[in-house]
Amino acid sequence: MSFFEFTGTVMPRFLGAVGVTLELTAVGIGAGLVLGLLLALMRVYANRVLSAIANVYIQFMRGTPLVIQVLVIYFGLPPYFKAMGLKPLSSLAAGCLAMALNSAAYQAEYIRGAIQAISSGQMQAARSMGMTKTQAVRYVILPQALRIVLPSWSNELIYTLLYSSTVYFIGLEELSYASMKVASKTGRVFESYIIAGVMYLAMVILLSRILAYAETRLRIPGLSIEERGR
Amino acid sequence: MPAERESRLGDVILRVEDLHKRYGKDEVLKGVTFELRRGETKVVIGPSGTGKSTLLRCINQLSVPDKGRVWLEDVEITHARTNINHVRAQIGFVFQDFNLFNHLNALQNVSIGLLKVRKMPKEAALARASEELARVGLAEKACSYPAELSGGQKQRVSIARALAMDPKLILFDEPTSALDPELIGEVLEVMIQLARGGMTMIVVSHEMGFARAVADRIIFMEGGGILEEGTPAELFTCPRCERTGQFLRKITELYGETDGQ
Repeated sequence: MSFFEFTGTVMPRFLGAVGVTLELTAVGIGAGLVLGLLLALMRVYANRVLSAIANVYIQFMRGTPLVIQVLVIYFGLPPYFKAMGLKPLSSLAAGCLAMALNSAAYQAEYIRGAIQAISSGQMQAARSMGMTKTQAVRYVILPQALRIVLPSWSNELIYTLLYSSTVYFIGLEELSYASMKVASKTGRVFESYIIAGVMYLAMVILLSRILAYAETRLRIPGLSIEERGR
Repeated sequence: MPAERESRLGDVILRVEDLHKRYGKDEVLKGVTFELRRGETKVVIGPSGTGKSTLLRCINQLSVPDKGRVWLEDVEITHARTNINHVRAQIGFVFQDFNLFNHLNALQNVSIGLLKVRKMPKEAALARASEELARVGLAEKACSYPAELSGGQKQRVSIARALAMDPKLILFDEPTSALDPELIGEVLEVMIQLARGGMTMIVVSHEMGFARAVADRIIFMEGGGILEEGTPAELFTCPRCERTGQFLRKITELYGETDGQ
């Protein structure tokens, strides 16, 4: 079987796995953004107690490996779920949850950094015209902070995509897991991993392009330095 | 002229009583008391570090004073129950470094308060904002972003932003101190128009020409307190305190007499 024939036979399985990878990435980054934004706002604007809670959460999630988090959520929690009369999570749900909870911690730190990079005068100007703190954050601070955060957020998106392979520890067939299975079943180890690698690369390039486009569209006129010295 | 100016002033609109503010060990305000009348332009002068900016910030509670009270008409701003956002919407504030919202163009900067604070419909808010931009001579810059404007233009947009809210008074915190000398004139010109048009304002400034030209009263502050208050004529010709005269001579030497004309 030629490489192309081989690719053709295994493609359906790989494409299915890509679907799972994308799902993990989308939920991880999306839910992670919502939670991360909340954590960042707690860190910067909330009272001491809430800020400390957010801080502990972030430290904890950033200080433990994703694998452990995935394993705890999938294998560690079900006994407690049972005790509470709840059904255990499917491996996909557990994977998504772990990705989101983990990514939220990183995104929270990126967003917090961006918020703090905005001059305090912006908040003062907003408050001095009678905006509430919430309005000022929503209409003045966040629109600027989220633009600042976009480049590091692109990084986080790519990491999330690549680290979604971690869920193979709970037997969820995403792209890495599928390539491993195909490699051992067919014995065509090199080709299997190359195909998976190229598919990851394609996804990363596509996502980077989309984000680069978003960055240009959202750029604030006059603010970016376009001149390049030697 | 001073007498004529005095006569057009209305009732007391702002009352500041025994204001104290301390940052750590530094007591920046040591009991400041004064009154501002409707239509009055009060210029606050004095060496740096004497609490002039802190005074303005304590009036609209951007800094919370440790002691003392401030009334806007019959509302005590410093009272804990007073809705401070409601009060601030009636007091314009113009910052030394403009603080325009960087992600919004000039028109949006001027209209955002109308939209979000006054809850005005979009059409009306934009129409009003255009008017105010035209008033400061920047109608054609409506779609420019702050980063595309010169310092003088930025400050004029920020004055338009304050005006759009139809404030009862405007506080100017060294509005020309961050500007290149050749841009100061265009900002002072707008402020002079406002003062002559009857806007009530407190201006912290080193622009003696401006003070002389439009101030109804000048407050000289030093060391956290008011050393002397009087009409420009009183302060410039025969100040009661030797210190005031000394300061005025020095500052006039340093900054000249630019008044934007």
